[in-house]
Amino acid sequence: MNFLLINFFLISLLLVTTFFIFKTTSLISVVALTGAFTLLCSAIYVNLDAVDVAFTEAAVGSGISTILMVMAAAKLPEGKKNKLINLFPSIILAVAISLILIIIISNLPLLGDPNAPIHLHVVPEYLKESKDFFHIPNVVTNILASYRGFDTLGETIVIFTAGLGVIALLTSNTLNRKTNFKKNKKNER
Amino acid sequence: MVGGLFIIITSQNYLKKVVGLAIFQTAVFVFFVSLAKVLDGTAPILTKMANAYSNPLPHVLILTAIVVGVATSALGLALVLQIYKNYETIEEKEIESLELKSDK
Repeated sequence: MNFLLINFFLISLLLVTTFFIFKTTSLISVVALTGAFTLLCSAIYVNLDAVDVAFTEAAVGSGISTILMVMAAAKLPEGKKNKLINLFPSIILAVAISLILIIIISNLPLLGDPNAPIHLHVVPEYLKESKDFFHIPNVVTNILASYRGFDTLGETIVIFTAGLGVIALLTSNTLNRKTNFKKNKKNER
Repeated sequence: MVGGLFIIITSQNYLKKVVGLAIFQTAVFVFFVSLAKVLDGTAPILTKMANAYSNPLPHVLILTAIVVGVATSALGLALVLQIYKNYETIEEKEIESLELKSDK
């Protein structure tokens, strides 16, 4: 009971944070609210017994990505109070998607049910064997590095590619567009 | 989750769109981790005291996905910075009007 109450409280806080991110126009406060959002998420993960995920979310999601966003927001101009675009179709889309999700969630097994199919397939073997195989008590580490090692290799390749893309984007300052617009601006003056 | 999608579509500012994408992702992560929960279970670290553990497999998937998500948003931020360098604005409508002007 206690568990569900804490969860409900944290998720309602998440909704409030999302609403304020939607409302504010100042970029730096949007960034700060995003950091608060991910920290709340890591609290939810601790409540759901996912301590490793909470670690990663607090360090990477809330730390590094907030630093990156602050660095970007420092170079960008202050957000303007513009009208919202595509308001009507997006409301229809949001309502439709939430209806579909509610229908799907009502068909899922109950939260915390130990006999749900997800808990019966390979996970009992992992929990039983991994201590004897690898001598590490943390099962998440065992799966991440051993059973699913190729997944982690693929993840590393993705991050490397993203890093290359960021470097390529930030160092190239000779795109064709730039000269065109600079000329136009000079002509207007 | 729907809130994140809403922010992506409605806001004009490109940095806010990146933030909306991050929120969308995080909501999906919370959903995945909630599937892994077992009532009366503890974190999947083997001890002699516990008798039930939460499912470690979704935790692993989400660990991978969080790091990939940060890489994605870093790439998005780099794109936004480059757009700002070229157009000197990051609002969608202003970029559209600039494009129309340059076509004439």
